[in-house]
Amino acid sequence: MNAAHHQAHPDDGPALQATGLTIGYRGAPVVTAIDLDLPRGAVLALVGSNGSGKSTLLKTLVGLLAPLEGDLQVLGKPAGDRHHRPSPGRAATVAYLSQFHLERSALPLRARDVVRMGRFARHGLWGRLRQADHDAVAAAMARMGIEHLADAALRALSGGQRQRVHLAQVLAAEADLLLLDEPTAGLDAPGHERYEQAVADETARGAAVVVATHDIGEAARADQVMLLAQRVVAYGPPPGVLVPDNLLETFGIALRNVDGELLRTGDDHGHDHPAGDDHRHGHGHPGVAPAEQPRRLPPGH
Amino acid sequence: MGPLLQPFLDNEFLQRALLAGVLVALACAVVGTFVVLRGLAFIGDALAHGVLPGVALAILLGMPGLAGAALGAAAMIGGVSLVTRRSQLSADTAIGLLFVGMLALGVVMVSRSDSFTGDLVRILFGELLGVSRADLGLQAVATVVVVATTLLLSRPFLLLCIDPEQADVAGFPSQRYHVIMLVLVAATVIVSFQTVGTLLVFGMLLAPAGAGALVARRISSMMLIAAALGSLSVYLGLLASYHFDLAAGASVVLVAVGLFFVTFAVTGVLESRRRSAPSNTSTATTGVSA
Repeated sequence: MNAAHHQAHPDDGPALQATGLTIGYRGAPVVTAIDLDLPRGAVLALVGSNGSGKSTLLKTLVGLLAPLEGDLQVLGKPAGDRHHRPSPGRAATVAYLSQFHLERSALPLRARDVVRMGRFARHGLWGRLRQADHDAVAAAMARMGIEHLADAALRALSGGQRQRVHLAQVLAAEADLLLLDEPTAGLDAPGHERYEQAVADETARGAAVVVATHDIGEAARADQVMLLAQRVVAYGPPPGVLVPDNLLETFGIALRNVDGELLRTGDDHGHDHPAGDDHRHGHGHPGVAPAEQPRRLPPGH
Repeated sequence: MGPLLQPFLDNEFLQRALLAGVLVALACAVVGTFVVLRGLAFIGDALAHGVLPGVALAILLGMPGLAGAALGAAAMIGGVSLVTRRSQLSADTAIGLLFVGMLALGVVMVSRSDSFTGDLVRILFGELLGVSRADLGLQAVATVVVVATTLLLSRPFLLLCIDPEQADVAGFPSQRYHVIMLVLVAATVIVSFQTVGTLLVFGMLLAPAGAGALVARRISSMMLIAAALGSLSVYLGLLASYHFDLAAGASVVLVAVGLFFVTFAVTGVLESRRRSAPSNTSTATTGVSA
Protein backbone atom coordinates (compact mmCIF):
# COMPACT_ATOMS: atom_id res chain seq x y z
CA MET A 1 0.00 0.00 0.00
CA ASN A 2 2.78 2.37 -0.82
CA ALA A 3 1.51 5.52 -2.48
CA ALA A 4 4.46 5.62 -4.84
CA HIS A 5 3.28 2.49 -6.63
CA HIS A 6 -0.22 3.69 -7.36
CA GLN A 7 -1.45 4.92 -10.68
CA ALA A 8 -2.84 7.97 -8.96
CA HIS A 9 -4.20 10.91 -10.89
CA PRO A 10 -1.91 13.76 -9.90
CA ASP A 11 -3.91 16.23 -11.97
CA ASP A 12 -7.02 15.54 -9.98
CA GLY A 13 -5.50 16.93 -6.81
CA PRO A 14 -5.74 15.32 -3.38
CA ALA A 15 -8.68 13.17 -2.40
CA LEU A 16 -8.98 14.92 0.95
CA GLN A 17 -7.60 18.19 2.21
CA ALA A 18 -8.45 19.78 5.56
CA THR A 19 -7.03 22.80 7.37
CA GLY A 20 -7.96 23.75 10.91
CA LEU A 21 -11.01 21.51 10.69
CA THR A 22 -13.28 21.21 13.72
CA ILE A 23 -15.73 18.31 13.71
CA GLY A 24 -18.61 17.45 16.01
CA TYR A 25 -22.34 17.54 16.48
CA ARG A 26 -24.37 20.75 16.32
CA GLY A 27 -21.93 23.08 17.98
CA ALA A 28 -20.47 20.44 20.30
CA PRO A 29 -16.94 19.96 18.97
CA VAL A 30 -15.45 16.49 19.24
CA VAL A 31 -12.08 17.10 17.60
CA THR A 32 -10.53 20.46 16.73
CA ALA A 33 -7.66 21.62 14.53
CA ILE A 34 -7.50 18.70 12.12
CA ASP A 35 -5.07 19.11 9.25
CA LEU A 36 -5.28 16.46 6.60
CA ASP A 37 -3.85 15.86 3.15
CA LEU A 38 -4.62 12.54 1.51
CA PRO A 39 -3.56 11.95 -2.10
CA ARG A 40 -5.64 9.80 -4.42
CA GLY A 41 -4.61 6.18 -4.36
CA ALA A 42 -3.52 6.34 -0.71
CA VAL A 43 -4.85 4.80 2.48
CA LEU A 44 -5.41 6.75 5.70
CA ALA A 45 -6.05 4.81 8.90
CA LEU A 46 -7.92 6.53 11.74
CA VAL A 47 -6.96 4.95 15.05
CA GLY A 48 -8.40 5.66 18.47
CA SER A 49 -10.51 4.17 21.21
CA ASN A 50 -14.30 4.37 21.27
CA GLY A 51 -15.52 7.96 21.36
CA SER A 52 -12.21 9.31 20.09
CA GLY A 53 -13.79 10.98 17.08
CA LYS A 54 -13.04 8.40 14.35
CA SER A 55 -16.64 7.92 13.31
CA THR A 56 -17.37 11.65 13.66
CA LEU A 57 -14.51 12.39 11.27
CA LEU A 58 -15.75 9.76 8.80
CA LYS A 59 -19.27 11.19 8.94
CA THR A 60 -17.91 14.66 8.29
CA LEU A 61 -15.82 13.43 5.35
CA VAL A 62 -18.80 11.64 3.81
CA GLY A 63 -21.00 14.73 4.21
CA LEU A 64 -23.37 13.44 6.90
CA LEU A 65 -22.09 16.09 9.33
CA ALA A 66 -21.16 19.63 8.39
CA PRO A 67 -17.72 20.86 9.45
CA LEU A 68 -18.06 23.16 12.47
CA GLU A 69 -14.99 25.20 11.56
CA GLY A 70 -12.09 25.24 9.15
CA ASP A 71 -11.72 24.19 5.56
CA LEU A 72 -12.44 20.75 4.12
CA GLN A 73 -12.10 19.75 0.49
CA VAL A 74 -13.41 16.34 -0.54
CA LEU A 75 -12.38 15.22 -4.03
CA GLY A 76 -11.59 18.82 -4.88
CA LYS A 77 -14.95 20.20 -3.77
CA PRO A 78 -15.68 22.04 -0.53
CA ALA A 79 -17.57 19.98 2.05
CA GLY A 80 -21.03 21.26 2.80
CA ASP A 81 -21.27 21.99 -0.89
CA ARG A 82 -23.34 18.95 -1.65
CA HIS A 83 -21.63 18.43 -4.97
CA HIS A 84 -19.01 16.19 -3.48
CA ARG A 85 -21.80 13.81 -2.69
CA PRO A 86 -23.23 11.75 -5.46
CA SER A 87 -26.55 13.26 -6.33
CA PRO A 88 -29.00 10.90 -8.00
CA GLY A 89 -28.09 10.23 -11.58
CA ARG A 90 -24.42 11.11 -11.22
CA ALA A 91 -21.50 8.78 -10.96
CA ALA A 92 -20.76 7.62 -7.44
CA THR A 93 -17.81 9.41 -5.94
CA VAL A 94 -17.95 8.49 -2.27
CA ALA A 95 -18.83 5.11 -0.79
CA TYR A 96 -19.38 4.69 2.94
CA LEU A 97 -19.48 1.64 5.17
CA SER A 98 -21.17 2.59 8.43
CA GLN A 99 -20.76 0.76 11.68
CA PHE A 100 -24.32 -0.09 12.56
CA HIS A 101 -25.75 -1.76 9.48
CA LEU A 102 -25.62 -5.21 11.03
CA GLU A 103 -28.53 -4.55 13.38
CA ARG A 104 -30.93 -4.44 10.45
CA SER A 105 -29.97 -7.85 9.20
CA ALA A 106 -33.43 -9.42 9.65
CA LEU A 107 -34.64 -7.63 6.53
CA PRO A 108 -36.06 -9.86 3.80
CA LEU A 109 -33.26 -9.16 1.35
CA ARG A 110 -30.89 -11.37 -0.58
CA ALA A 111 -27.17 -10.69 -0.46
CA ARG A 112 -27.32 -9.64 -4.11
CA ASP A 113 -30.00 -7.00 -3.35
CA VAL A 114 -27.78 -5.38 -0.73
CA VAL A 115 -24.71 -5.31 -3.00
CA ARG A 116 -26.84 -3.87 -5.82
CA MET A 117 -27.67 -0.86 -3.60
CA GLY A 118 -24.07 0.22 -4.17
CA ARG A 119 -25.13 1.15 -7.71
CA PHE A 120 -28.20 3.23 -6.74
CA ALA A 121 -26.20 6.43 -6.35
CA ARG A 122 -25.18 6.25 -10.03
CA HIS A 123 -28.69 5.89 -11.34
CA GLY A 124 -30.82 7.96 -9.02
CA LEU A 125 -34.45 7.16 -8.40
CA TRP A 126 -35.44 5.60 -11.68
CA GLY A 127 -32.37 5.01 -13.86
CA ARG A 128 -32.28 1.39 -15.01
CA LEU A 129 -29.43 -0.80 -13.85
CA ARG A 130 -27.53 -1.93 -16.95
CA GLN A 131 -25.28 -4.84 -17.74
CA ALA A 132 -22.27 -2.86 -16.50
CA ASP A 133 -24.00 -2.48 -13.12
CA HIS A 134 -24.79 -6.17 -12.85
CA ASP A 135 -21.19 -6.94 -13.82
CA ALA A 136 -19.90 -4.57 -11.13
CA VAL A 137 -22.17 -6.25 -8.56
CA ALA A 138 -20.99 -9.72 -9.57
CA ALA A 139 -17.35 -8.66 -9.55
CA ALA A 140 -17.67 -7.06 -6.11
CA MET A 141 -19.23 -10.23 -4.69
CA ALA A 142 -16.49 -12.34 -6.26
CA ARG A 143 -13.83 -10.10 -4.73
CA MET A 144 -15.30 -10.64 -1.27
CA GLY A 145 -15.74 -14.38 -1.99
CA ILE A 146 -19.53 -14.38 -1.60
CA GLU A 147 -20.68 -15.08 -5.16
CA HIS A 148 -22.15 -18.42 -4.02
CA LEU A 149 -24.26 -16.53 -1.44
CA ALA A 150 -25.80 -14.14 -3.98
CA ASP A 151 -29.30 -15.57 -3.61
CA ALA A 152 -29.04 -16.33 0.10
CA ALA A 153 -31.31 -14.48 2.50
CA LEU A 154 -29.37 -11.88 4.45
CA ARG A 155 -30.73 -13.21 7.75
CA ALA A 156 -29.39 -16.69 6.99
CA LEU A 157 -25.83 -15.35 6.86
CA SER A 158 -23.36 -15.19 9.72
CA GLY A 159 -22.11 -11.83 11.00
CA GLY A 160 -18.85 -12.18 9.09
CA GLN A 161 -20.67 -13.10 5.86
CA ARG A 162 -22.93 -10.07 6.26
CA GLN A 163 -19.91 -7.85 6.73
CA ARG A 164 -18.54 -9.22 3.45
CA VAL A 165 -21.88 -8.41 1.78
CA HIS A 166 -21.71 -4.79 2.97
CA LEU A 167 -18.08 -4.50 1.90
CA ALA A 168 -19.06 -5.84 -1.53
CA GLN A 169 -21.74 -3.11 -1.67
CA VAL A 170 -19.04 -0.49 -1.12
CA LEU A 171 -16.78 -2.07 -3.77
CA ALA A 172 -19.67 -2.25 -6.26
CA ALA A 173 -19.99 1.54 -6.09
CA GLU A 174 -16.58 1.92 -7.83
CA ALA A 175 -16.17 5.15 -5.88
CA ASP A 176 -13.26 7.58 -5.92
CA LEU A 177 -13.21 7.75 -2.12
CA LEU A 178 -14.01 4.87 0.22
CA LEU A 179 -14.82 5.69 3.85
CA LEU A 180 -14.93 2.54 5.98
CA ASP A 181 -15.92 2.43 9.64
CA GLU A 182 -14.35 -0.66 11.21
CA PRO A 183 -14.58 -2.72 8.04
CA THR A 184 -12.90 -5.83 9.45
CA ALA A 185 -15.33 -6.24 12.37
CA GLY A 186 -16.44 -9.87 12.45
CA LEU A 187 -14.35 -10.95 9.44
CA ASP A 188 -12.56 -14.30 9.61
CA ALA A 189 -8.96 -14.68 8.39
CA PRO A 190 -9.85 -15.38 4.73
CA GLY A 191 -12.30 -12.48 4.81
CA HIS A 192 -9.60 -10.27 6.24
CA GLU A 193 -7.28 -11.28 3.41
CA ARG A 194 -9.89 -10.54 0.77
CA TYR A 195 -10.58 -7.17 2.36
CA GLU A 196 -6.88 -6.25 2.27
CA GLN A 197 -6.59 -7.35 -1.36
CA ALA A 198 -9.69 -5.30 -2.21
CA VAL A 199 -8.24 -2.17 -0.58
CA ALA A 200 -4.99 -2.71 -2.49
CA ASP A 201 -6.94 -3.03 -5.76
CA GLU A 202 -9.06 0.04 -5.04
CA THR A 203 -6.02 2.20 -4.35
CA ALA A 204 -4.25 0.75 -7.42
CA ARG A 205 -7.04 2.13 -9.63
CA GLY A 206 -6.63 5.53 -7.97
CA ALA A 207 -9.28 5.50 -5.24
CA ALA A 208 -8.43 6.88 -1.81
CA VAL A 209 -9.42 4.89 1.27
CA VAL A 210 -10.04 6.14 4.81
CA VAL A 211 -10.52 3.41 7.36
CA ALA A 212 -11.39 3.69 11.04
CA THR A 213 -9.80 0.77 12.84
CA HIS A 214 -8.66 -0.63 16.17
CA ASP A 215 -6.15 -2.80 14.35
CA ILE A 216 -2.67 -1.34 14.77
CA GLY A 217 -1.37 -3.90 12.27
CA GLU A 218 -3.70 -2.59 9.60
CA ALA A 219 -2.79 0.99 10.48
CA ALA A 220 0.90 0.15 10.09
CA ARG A 221 0.29 -0.93 6.48
CA ALA A 222 -1.56 2.29 5.58
CA ASP A 223 0.12 5.23 3.86
CA GLN A 224 -0.95 7.61 6.62
CA VAL A 225 -2.16 7.20 10.19
CA MET A 226 -4.08 9.63 12.36
CA LEU A 227 -4.24 8.88 16.07
CA LEU A 228 -7.34 10.35 17.66
CA ALA A 229 -8.26 10.84 21.32
CA GLN A 230 -10.85 13.61 21.03
CA ARG A 231 -7.98 15.50 19.46
CA VAL A 232 -5.30 14.68 16.93
CA VAL A 233 -2.54 12.95 18.88
CA ALA A 234 -0.40 12.42 15.80
CA TYR A 235 -0.72 12.35 12.03
CA GLY A 236 1.66 11.21 9.33
CA PRO A 237 3.27 8.09 7.87
CA PRO A 238 2.94 5.07 10.20
CA PRO A 239 6.55 4.63 11.34
CA GLY A 240 6.69 8.02 13.02
CA VAL A 241 3.15 8.00 14.33
CA LEU A 242 2.79 4.50 15.71
CA VAL A 243 5.37 4.92 18.47
CA PRO A 244 4.75 3.69 22.03
CA ASP A 245 4.28 7.14 23.57
CA ASN A 246 1.66 8.16 21.01
CA LEU A 247 -0.18 4.88 21.39
CA LEU A 248 -0.11 5.22 25.18
CA GLU A 249 -1.57 8.68 24.85
CA THR A 250 -4.20 7.51 22.36
CA PHE A 251 -5.39 4.50 24.28
CA GLY A 252 -3.98 4.68 27.78
CA ILE A 253 -4.77 8.12 29.14
CA ALA A 254 -8.23 9.31 30.01
CA LEU A 255 -9.25 12.77 28.87
CA ARG A 256 -11.80 14.91 30.59
CA ASN A 257 -13.68 17.83 29.17
CA VAL A 258 -13.73 20.69 31.67
CA ASP A 259 -15.16 24.04 30.66
CA GLY A 260 -14.75 23.16 27.05
CA GLU A 261 -11.07 22.36 27.45
CA LEU A 262 -9.63 18.94 27.09
CA LEU A 263 -7.41 18.06 30.00
CA ARG A 264 -5.41 14.98 30.66
CA THR A 265 -6.30 13.29 33.91
CA GLY A 266 -3.32 10.96 33.80
CA ASP A 267 -0.07 12.47 35.00
CA ASP A 268 2.28 12.19 32.07
CA HIS A 269 3.34 15.82 31.95
CA GLY A 270 6.69 15.00 33.42
CA HIS A 271 7.38 12.37 30.80
CA ASP A 272 9.78 12.96 28.03
CA HIS A 273 8.79 12.07 24.49
CA PRO A 274 11.88 12.50 22.37
CA ALA A 275 10.70 10.19 19.61
CA GLY A 276 7.11 11.28 19.50
CA ASP A 277 7.23 15.02 20.04
CA ASP A 278 7.59 15.91 16.39
CA HIS A 279 4.39 14.13 15.60
CA ARG A 280 2.26 15.20 18.48
CA HIS A 281 -0.25 17.96 18.39
CA GLY A 282 -0.12 20.52 21.14
CA HIS A 283 1.51 18.45 23.79
CA GLY A 284 0.72 20.31 27.00
CA HIS A 285 -2.00 22.23 25.17
CA PRO A 286 -4.36 19.50 24.18
CA GLY A 287 -6.62 20.36 21.31
CA VAL A 288 -4.37 23.04 19.90
CA ALA A 289 -2.43 22.19 16.78
CA PRO A 290 1.07 23.45 16.18
CA ALA A 291 1.43 25.85 13.31
CA GLU A 292 3.24 23.37 11.12
CA GLN A 293 2.30 19.77 11.06
CA PRO A 294 4.97 17.31 10.02
CA ARG A 295 3.91 15.25 7.05
CA ARG A 296 7.18 13.53 6.22
CA LEU A 297 9.45 11.95 8.72
CA PRO A 298 13.12 12.80 8.74
CA PRO A 299 15.31 9.83 7.80
CA GLY A 300 16.15 7.61 10.68
CA HIS A 301 12.64 7.37 12.10
CA MET B 1 -69.26 -23.87 -2.83
CA GLY B 2 -72.60 -22.17 -2.23
CA PRO B 3 -72.01 -20.67 1.21
CA LEU B 4 -68.51 -19.55 0.16
CA LEU B 5 -69.53 -17.57 -2.93
CA GLN B 6 -73.30 -17.15 -2.90
CA PRO B 7 -73.41 -14.32 -0.33
CA PHE B 8 -71.20 -12.19 -2.59
CA LEU B 9 -73.23 -13.02 -5.71
CA ASP B 10 -76.52 -12.23 -4.01
CA ASN B 11 -75.62 -9.01 -2.21
CA GLU B 12 -74.21 -5.98 -3.97
CA PHE B 13 -73.23 -4.40 -0.64
CA LEU B 14 -71.02 -7.44 0.05
CA GLN B 15 -69.40 -7.13 -3.38
CA ARG B 16 -68.60 -3.50 -2.68
CA ALA B 17 -67.29 -4.40 0.78
CA LEU B 18 -65.06 -7.11 -0.70
CA LEU B 19 -63.68 -4.78 -3.36
CA ALA B 20 -63.09 -1.94 -0.89
CA GLY B 21 -61.49 -4.33 1.58
CA VAL B 22 -59.14 -5.76 -1.05
CA LEU B 23 -58.13 -2.23 -2.09
CA VAL B 24 -57.37 -1.42 1.56
CA ALA B 25 -55.43 -4.70 1.81
CA LEU B 26 -53.32 -3.85 -1.25
CA ALA B 27 -52.41 -0.36 0.00
CA CYS B 28 -51.74 -1.71 3.49
CA ALA B 29 -49.55 -4.53 2.11
CA VAL B 30 -47.23 -2.11 0.32
CA VAL B 31 -47.11 0.58 3.01
CA GLY B 32 -47.25 -1.93 5.86
CA THR B 33 -44.12 -3.63 4.52
CA PHE B 34 -42.12 -0.49 5.28
CA VAL B 35 -43.99 0.07 8.56
CA VAL B 36 -42.85 -3.39 9.67
CA LEU B 37 -39.31 -3.22 8.28
CA ARG B 38 -38.59 0.26 9.60
CA GLY B 39 -40.28 -0.18 12.95
CA LEU B 40 -42.88 2.53 12.31
CA ALA B 41 -45.69 0.65 14.04
CA PHE B 42 -46.04 3.18 16.83
CA ILE B 43 -46.32 6.20 14.55
CA GLY B 44 -48.73 4.18 12.40
CA ASP B 45 -50.87 3.48 15.44
CA ALA B 46 -50.66 7.09 16.53
CA LEU B 47 -51.72 8.26 13.07
CA ALA B 48 -54.61 5.82 13.05
CA HIS B 49 -55.93 7.28 16.32
CA GLY B 50 -54.58 10.79 16.11
CA VAL B 51 -56.85 11.64 13.19
CA LEU B 52 -59.86 11.42 15.52
CA PRO B 53 -60.04 15.11 16.57
CA GLY B 54 -59.63 16.13 12.96
CA VAL B 55 -62.53 13.96 11.91
CA ALA B 56 -64.64 15.19 14.84
CA LEU B 57 -63.84 18.80 13.93
CA ALA B 58 -64.79 18.17 10.32
CA ILE B 59 -68.12 16.65 11.33
CA LEU B 60 -68.80 19.60 13.68
CA LEU B 61 -68.11 22.05 10.86
CA GLY B 62 -70.03 20.01 8.33
CA MET B 63 -66.92 19.30 6.26
CA PRO B 64 -66.01 15.93 4.74
CA GLY B 65 -64.45 13.64 7.37
CA LEU B 66 -61.55 12.95 5.02
CA ALA B 67 -60.39 16.58 5.15
CA GLY B 68 -60.46 16.51 8.93
CA ALA B 69 -58.51 13.26 9.01
CA ALA B 70 -55.86 14.75 6.74
CA LEU B 71 -55.62 17.76 9.06
CA GLY B 72 -55.25 15.49 12.10
CA ALA B 73 -52.51 13.46 10.40
CA ALA B 74 -50.64 16.59 9.33
CA ALA B 75 -50.76 17.93 12.91
CA MET B 76 -49.50 14.57 14.13
CA ILE B 77 -46.53 14.29 11.74
CA GLY B 78 -45.66 17.97 12.18
CA GLY B 79 -45.85 17.76 15.97
CA VAL B 80 -43.72 14.62 16.19
CA SER B 81 -40.98 15.96 13.93
CA LEU B 82 -41.01 19.33 15.75
CA VAL B 83 -40.53 17.72 19.19
CA THR B 84 -37.85 15.27 17.98
CA ARG B 85 -35.91 17.98 16.13
CA ARG B 86 -36.08 20.65 18.85
CA SER B 87 -35.39 18.42 21.85
CA GLN B 88 -33.31 15.47 22.90
CA LEU B 89 -36.45 13.40 23.43
CA SER B 90 -36.72 10.17 21.50
CA ALA B 91 -39.27 9.76 18.72
CA ASP B 92 -41.44 7.35 20.70
CA THR B 93 -41.87 9.86 23.53
CA ALA B 94 -42.89 12.50 21.02
CA ILE B 95 -45.23 10.09 19.23
CA GLY B 96 -46.78 8.94 22.52
CA LEU B 97 -47.41 12.52 23.65
CA LEU B 98 -49.04 13.55 20.41
CA PHE B 99 -50.96 10.27 20.25
CA VAL B 100 -52.55 10.52 23.68
CA GLY B 101 -53.11 14.27 23.34
CA MET B 102 -54.87 13.98 20.01
CA LEU B 103 -56.94 11.02 21.16
CA ALA B 104 -58.02 12.86 24.31
CA LEU B 105 -58.85 15.95 22.27
CA GLY B 106 -60.96 13.82 19.96
CA VAL B 107 -62.85 12.20 22.83
CA VAL B 108 -63.42 15.61 24.50
CA MET B 109 -64.81 17.01 21.27
CA VAL B 110 -67.02 14.00 20.71
CA SER B 111 -68.28 14.07 24.31
CA ARG B 112 -69.59 17.62 23.82
CA SER B 113 -72.21 16.40 21.38
CA ASP B 114 -74.74 13.57 21.52
CA SER B 115 -74.95 13.43 17.76
CA PHE B 116 -71.47 11.96 17.58
CA THR B 117 -72.20 8.60 19.15
CA GLY B 118 -73.01 6.84 15.89
CA ASP B 119 -70.27 8.66 14.04
CA LEU B 120 -67.63 7.71 16.60
CA VAL B 121 -68.37 4.02 16.23
CA ARG B 122 -68.21 4.48 12.47
CA ILE B 123 -64.87 6.29 12.68
CA LEU B 124 -63.30 3.72 14.95
CA PHE B 125 -64.68 0.57 13.39
CA GLY B 126 -65.56 1.66 9.89
CA GLU B 127 -68.58 0.74 7.88
CA LEU B 128 -67.37 -1.93 5.56
CA LEU B 129 -70.89 -3.07 4.74
CA GLY B 130 -72.03 0.47 3.95
CA VAL B 131 -69.37 1.39 1.40
CA SER B 132 -70.79 3.55 -1.38
CA ARG B 133 -69.66 3.67 -5.00
CA ALA B 134 -68.04 7.04 -4.29
CA ASP B 135 -66.13 5.55 -1.34
CA LEU B 136 -65.00 2.76 -3.60
CA GLY B 137 -63.75 5.18 -6.24
CA LEU B 138 -61.80 7.17 -3.66
CA GLN B 139 -60.31 4.03 -2.19
CA ALA B 140 -59.24 2.86 -5.66
CA VAL B 141 -57.54 6.19 -6.42
CA ALA B 142 -55.79 6.19 -3.03
CA THR B 143 -54.57 2.62 -3.43
CA VAL B 144 -53.18 3.32 -6.91
CA VAL B 145 -51.44 6.51 -5.73
CA VAL B 146 -49.96 4.87 -2.60
CA VAL B 147 -48.75 1.75 -4.44
CA ALA B 148 -47.34 3.72 -7.39
CA THR B 149 -45.52 6.23 -5.14
CA THR B 150 -43.99 3.44 -3.10
CA LEU B 151 -42.77 1.60 -6.18
CA LEU B 152 -41.35 4.80 -7.71
CA LEU B 153 -39.45 5.58 -4.51
CA SER B 154 -38.39 2.01 -3.83
CA ARG B 155 -34.64 2.81 -3.93
CA PRO B 156 -34.57 5.45 -1.18
CA PHE B 157 -37.13 3.42 0.80
CA LEU B 158 -34.92 0.32 0.58
CA LEU B 159 -31.86 2.29 1.67
CA LEU B 160 -33.84 3.76 4.59
CA CYS B 161 -34.58 0.21 5.74
CA ILE B 162 -30.89 -0.71 5.72
CA ASP B 163 -29.56 2.54 7.18
CA PRO B 164 -30.74 6.15 6.71
CA GLU B 165 -27.09 7.23 6.40
CA GLN B 166 -26.70 5.01 3.35
CA ALA B 167 -29.64 6.82 1.78
CA ASP B 168 -27.99 10.19 2.47
CA VAL B 169 -24.67 9.06 1.04
CA ALA B 170 -26.35 7.71 -2.10
CA GLY B 171 -27.87 11.15 -2.67
CA PHE B 172 -31.38 10.50 -1.31
CA PRO B 173 -31.92 12.86 1.68
CA SER B 174 -33.13 10.49 4.39
CA GLN B 175 -35.31 13.03 6.21
CA ARG B 176 -37.22 13.91 3.05
CA TYR B 177 -37.98 10.28 2.20
CA HIS B 178 -38.83 9.47 5.82
CA VAL B 179 -41.51 12.19 5.78
CA ILE B 180 -42.82 10.96 2.40
CA MET B 181 -43.07 7.48 3.90
CA LEU B 182 -45.05 8.84 6.90
CA VAL B 183 -47.35 10.73 4.52
CA LEU B 184 -48.02 7.47 2.66
CA VAL B 185 -48.83 5.73 5.95
CA ALA B 186 -51.12 8.62 6.86
CA ALA B 187 -52.82 8.58 3.45
CA THR B 188 -53.47 4.85 3.77
CA VAL B 189 -54.87 5.28 7.27
CA ILE B 190 -57.04 8.25 6.35
CA VAL B 191 -58.62 6.70 3.29
CA SER B 192 -59.12 3.34 4.96
CA PHE B 193 -60.94 4.77 7.97
CA GLN B 194 -64.11 4.85 5.86
CA THR B 195 -63.97 1.13 5.30
CA VAL B 196 -62.32 -0.72 8.17
CA GLY B 197 -62.10 2.26 10.54
CA THR B 198 -59.08 3.89 12.15
CA LEU B 199 -58.81 1.30 14.91
CA LEU B 200 -58.64 -1.59 12.51
CA VAL B 201 -56.65 -0.20 9.60
CA PHE B 202 -53.70 -0.50 11.92
CA GLY B 203 -54.21 -4.26 12.10
CA MET B 204 -54.33 -4.43 8.31
CA LEU B 205 -51.08 -2.46 8.15
CA LEU B 206 -49.22 -4.76 10.52
CA ALA B 207 -50.60 -8.29 10.41
CA PRO B 208 -50.27 -9.24 6.70
CA ALA B 209 -46.91 -7.48 6.30
CA GLY B 210 -45.66 -9.02 9.54
CA ALA B 211 -46.58 -12.49 8.27
CA GLY B 212 -44.87 -11.67 4.98
CA ALA B 213 -41.70 -10.65 6.80
CA LEU B 214 -41.59 -14.08 8.48
CA VAL B 215 -41.43 -16.00 5.22
CA ALA B 216 -40.21 -13.69 2.46
CA ARG B 217 -36.63 -13.51 1.24
CA ARG B 218 -37.18 -10.40 -0.87
CA ILE B 219 -39.09 -7.21 -0.15
CA SER B 220 -41.14 -7.58 -3.32
CA SER B 221 -42.27 -11.07 -2.30
CA MET B 222 -43.02 -9.77 1.20
CA MET B 223 -45.41 -7.24 -0.36
CA LEU B 224 -47.06 -9.89 -2.55
CA ILE B 225 -47.52 -12.27 0.40
CA ALA B 226 -48.95 -9.41 2.49
CA ALA B 227 -51.34 -8.48 -0.33
CA ALA B 228 -52.51 -12.10 -0.67
CA LEU B 229 -52.96 -12.60 3.09
CA GLY B 230 -54.70 -9.23 3.46
CA SER B 231 -57.12 -9.98 0.63
CA LEU B 232 -57.79 -13.45 2.01
CA SER B 233 -58.51 -11.86 5.41
CA VAL B 234 -61.06 -9.53 3.83
CA TYR B 235 -62.81 -12.42 2.10
CA LEU B 236 -62.82 -14.73 5.12
CA GLY B 237 -63.74 -11.92 7.50
CA LEU B 238 -66.71 -10.83 5.39
CA LEU B 239 -67.85 -14.41 5.03
CA ALA B 240 -67.71 -14.98 8.78
CA SER B 241 -69.46 -11.68 9.38
CA TYR B 242 -72.26 -12.67 6.97
CA HIS B 243 -72.83 -16.17 8.28
CA PHE B 244 -72.42 -15.50 12.00
CA ASP B 245 -73.71 -11.92 12.10
CA LEU B 246 -70.42 -10.42 13.34
CA ALA B 247 -69.02 -6.91 13.01
CA ALA B 248 -67.48 -6.88 9.52
CA GLY B 249 -64.37 -4.72 10.00
CA ALA B 250 -63.38 -6.40 13.26
CA SER B 251 -63.87 -9.86 11.73
CA VAL B 252 -61.53 -8.96 8.85
CA VAL B 253 -58.82 -7.76 11.22
CA LEU B 254 -59.26 -10.78 13.50
CA VAL B 255 -58.70 -13.09 10.54
CA ALA B 256 -55.62 -11.06 9.51
CA VAL B 257 -54.10 -11.28 12.99
CA GLY B 258 -55.07 -14.97 13.15
CA LEU B 259 -53.30 -15.63 9.84
CA PHE B 260 -50.22 -13.90 11.21
CA PHE B 261 -50.09 -16.27 14.17
CA VAL B 262 -50.70 -19.29 11.95
CA THR B 263 -47.77 -18.18 9.77
CA PHE B 264 -45.71 -17.57 12.89
CA ALA B 265 -46.43 -21.07 14.23
CA VAL B 266 -45.77 -22.80 10.91
CA THR B 267 -42.48 -20.99 10.25
CA GLY B 268 -41.44 -21.69 13.84
CA VAL B 269 -42.07 -25.43 13.44
CA LEU B 270 -40.29 -25.52 10.08
CA GLU B 271 -37.36 -23.60 11.49
CA SER B 272 -36.91 -25.91 14.48
CA ARG B 273 -37.25 -28.97 12.22
CA ARG B 274 -34.61 -27.59 9.88
CA ARG B 275 -32.29 -26.97 12.79
CA SER B 276 -32.74 -30.37 14.36
CA ALA B 277 -32.42 -32.19 11.02
CA PRO B 278 -28.98 -33.76 10.58
CA SER B 279 -27.18 -31.53 8.15
CA ASN B 280 -23.74 -31.75 6.62
CA THR B 281 -24.16 -28.54 4.66
CA SER B 282 -22.80 -25.23 5.78
CA THR B 283 -24.85 -22.28 6.98
CA ALA B 284 -24.32 -20.77 3.58
CA THR B 285 -25.98 -23.53 1.60
CA THR B 286 -28.79 -23.75 4.14
CA GLY B 287 -29.36 -20.09 3.49
CA VAL B 288 -29.58 -20.64 -0.26
CA SER B 289 -32.09 -23.43 0.08
CA ALA B 290 -34.14 -21.65 2.73
